[in-house]
Amino acid sequence: MNSREKILSTIRSLTLEPKTLPDIPNFSNSGNLVERFTQSISDNKGEVLTKSEFDAWFSAANFSKVISLSAQFSALATLSLPEDPHDLESLEVAILDGQFGVAENGAIWLEDTQLGLRALPFATEHLVVVLDRNLLENSMHQGYEKIATAHSGFGLFLAGPSKTADIEQSLVIGAQGARSLRVILI
Amino acid sequence: MTHPENAAEFLKDAQKSKWHDETLWFVRDKRDKVSKGIPEWEQLRELASGIKDNVLANLASYLEEFEQNATKNGIIVHWAADSEEHNRLVLEILQKQNCTAVVKSKSILTEECHLNPYLEKQGIEVVDTDLGERIVQFLNQPPSHIVLPAIHLKKSEISELFHEKLHTEKGNEDPAYLTQAARVHLREKFFGAKVAITGVNFGIAETGEFVVCTNEGNADMGVHLAEVHIACMGIEKILPRRKDLGVFLRLLARSATGQPITNYNSHFRSPSHGKEIHIILVDNGRTAQLAREKFRNSLKCIRCGACMNTCPIYRRSGGFSYNSTVPGPIGSILSPGLDLKKHSSLPFASTLCGSCTDVCPVKINIHEQLYEWRQEVTKSQGDFAKGLSMKLANGIFKSPLAYKISGSLMRNALKSLPNSLIYHPLNVWGKKRNLPDAPKESFKQWYQKNRS
Repeated sequence: MNSREKILSTIRSLTLEPKTLPDIPNFSNSGNLVERFTQSISDNKGEVLTKSEFDAWFSAANFSKVISLSAQFSALATLSLPEDPHDLESLEVAILDGQFGVAENGAIWLEDTQLGLRALPFATEHLVVVLDRNLLENSMHQGYEKIATAHSGFGLFLAGPSKTADIEQSLVIGAQGARSLRVILI
Repeated sequence: MTHPENAAEFLKDAQKSKWHDETLWFVRDKRDKVSKGIPEWEQLRELASGIKDNVLANLASYLEEFEQNATKNGIIVHWAADSEEHNRLVLEILQKQNCTAVVKSKSILTEECHLNPYLEKQGIEVVDTDLGERIVQFLNQPPSHIVLPAIHLKKSEISELFHEKLHTEKGNEDPAYLTQAARVHLREKFFGAKVAITGVNFGIAETGEFVVCTNEGNADMGVHLAEVHIACMGIEKILPRRKDLGVFLRLLARSATGQPITNYNSHFRSPSHGKEIHIILVDNGRTAQLAREKFRNSLKCIRCGACMNTCPIYRRSGGFSYNSTVPGPIGSILSPGLDLKKHSSLPFASTLCGSCTDVCPVKINIHEQLYEWRQEVTKSQGDFAKGLSMKLANGIFKSPLAYKISGSLMRNALKSLPNSLIYHPLNVWGKKRNLPDAPKESFKQWYQKNRS
C-alpha cells in the first residue's frame, strides 16, 4: 500500500462524528469605504495618494528603471516587461492595476493578468498600485465573493510593503520585497 | 532535560527573561485591541472552529478533492506518511533538478521533519529566508516561537552575529541597518536559487489552490524566481471552500501579531508557463492524533502563536524550554502525541489558567487537553513524590484534629522558618515566588471571635 492509500484508509477506518459545514454570513458593515481603506493601508505602512500627489512624488524622485502595466500610467515606463524575472533585479518602480480593495485591512487583489510576471510586485524596489475608488469592498467576505469563480494561476491579496519585526520587535519596512507601497485611488 | 530544568536555564538571565515576558505580552495586547475592532470576532472564531470540525470529520474526501483539483491545475501532488518520506521526496525533486542550493520560507512542518539537517547531509545548502529564521539558522538553533522565530535574542546578539556572518559594522545594533544587510544577502540567494520551498497556510479542496502568508514577501521572492516550487503541507491544513479563506484570513494575522492581515497573501493555483509546483501532503502523526478523540481538535490549529504570547509559562520560560518543534500550550498538546516519553513534562508546563483557550482563533480547548494529557502521562509513569504529598494531605483532611494542628503549625512555620528551608531546591513552587504572609489566626478562630 502506498502512502496515499495508507493515509486515506487510516482516516476512513476512524469513526468520526458527522459535522455540518457552517454557512458564512455576509457581515455587512457601514462606514466610509475610502476612509477605512486609506486608514488600513496606512496602518500596514503603505500610503494612499491622489493622482497629483503621486505625480509630485514620482517626478521628484527621478527614477530611471520603471515598468508600468497600468494603461493610465504607461507613459511613465522606461522599460518593458522582461521575459525572465531575474531581469527585475534592479527595477526601481513597478506600476500595476489592482482589481479591487478591501476596506477592513487594505488588501488589494491582483491576478496573473495584472502582474505580468509573478515576481514583479515583490522584486521591485517601489510598488505602485492603481485602484478605482469605486471598487472597494467592505470585508474579506465580500472580497472572496467577488473572486468566487475567478480562475487565475496565481492571485495575491497585497496589503502593504515588505516588512519585518524580527529584530527585537522593531518594525522595519523593506525586508526582502518591495520597500514601499503607494496606492493611487482614482 | 525537562521543561522546568530548561526554564531555570532561561530564567538565569533575569533582565532578558523579563524583556521576553513583556514583549510577548505586548503582542498579546495588540491582538486584543485589533480583535475588539471587529464586532463579529466571536462569531468568526465560532465559524472557524465549525469549519475545521467539518474538515476533520471529512478529511479523507477533502484531501481527495484537493488532490484531484490541484492535479487538474497542473500541480504535482505527493503523499508522505512520515518525516522520512517527506524529506526523501524533497531530495528527489532537488536531485532531478541538479539543485544544490535551495531557498526556504517559514514552514513549521519542515522543522518538524528536520528537513534542513537531512538536506545538508546530502550536500545541499538550505537558506531560510524569513529574517528571524535566517538569524536562528546562523546560530544553528531552531526557532523559539512559530511566528517570531528569534524572539529569544536581543539586538546586540544579532548585531554580533551579523558582524561575523554578513560583515556588518561592529557594534551597530540598529534594526533597520541589520535588516538592510540581511536584505542584500537574501536577495542574492533568491536570484540564484533554482528551487524554492515553502510551507502552506491553507489548502482549498474546492479549487486545488493553496495559500501562503508572509509579511516579508520572502516566500514569493523565492518561488517566483525559482524554476520549481515545493510546498510542504500538513494534511490538516485543508479548507473546503475558497470563501472559507475570508474567515481564516480575518483571524490569522490579528491573532498572531495584532495586524489586520499579513501584507502578502499568495494564492497558488497552477504553475507559471514552463515551471513546476509540487505539493507534499504530510501525515507524520496527524492521523494518529485524529484517532484520539480527546485530542482530535488540536488539529484545528492554524499556527498563529496567540496561545504562546498569552501563556504565563511560555512568556517566562522561553520557547526552547519546551524542546519541541511547536512550543507553548498548543505544542504541549500536539507533541505528547508524537512522543509521550520525551514530552512528558510539557502538559505540566501550564497553570491551566485557560488563557490559551480564550485567545485561540479556532477555539481549541487547549487547557482542558493539557489536563487530559496529564492523566495520560500519570497513567504511563506515575509520580511518586506528588503521590506521597497527596496521601499526607488525605490523612490531614480526614481528621479534624490533624487539620487544626497542621494549620497552626503551617502559620507559624511560614513566619519563623528560615528562607533556606522554605525555598529549598525540592520545593519547585518556591522558585521565583514569594510565599504569602501567613494570617495570624485560622478562619475558625476568627469566626469564634467575631461571629459567635
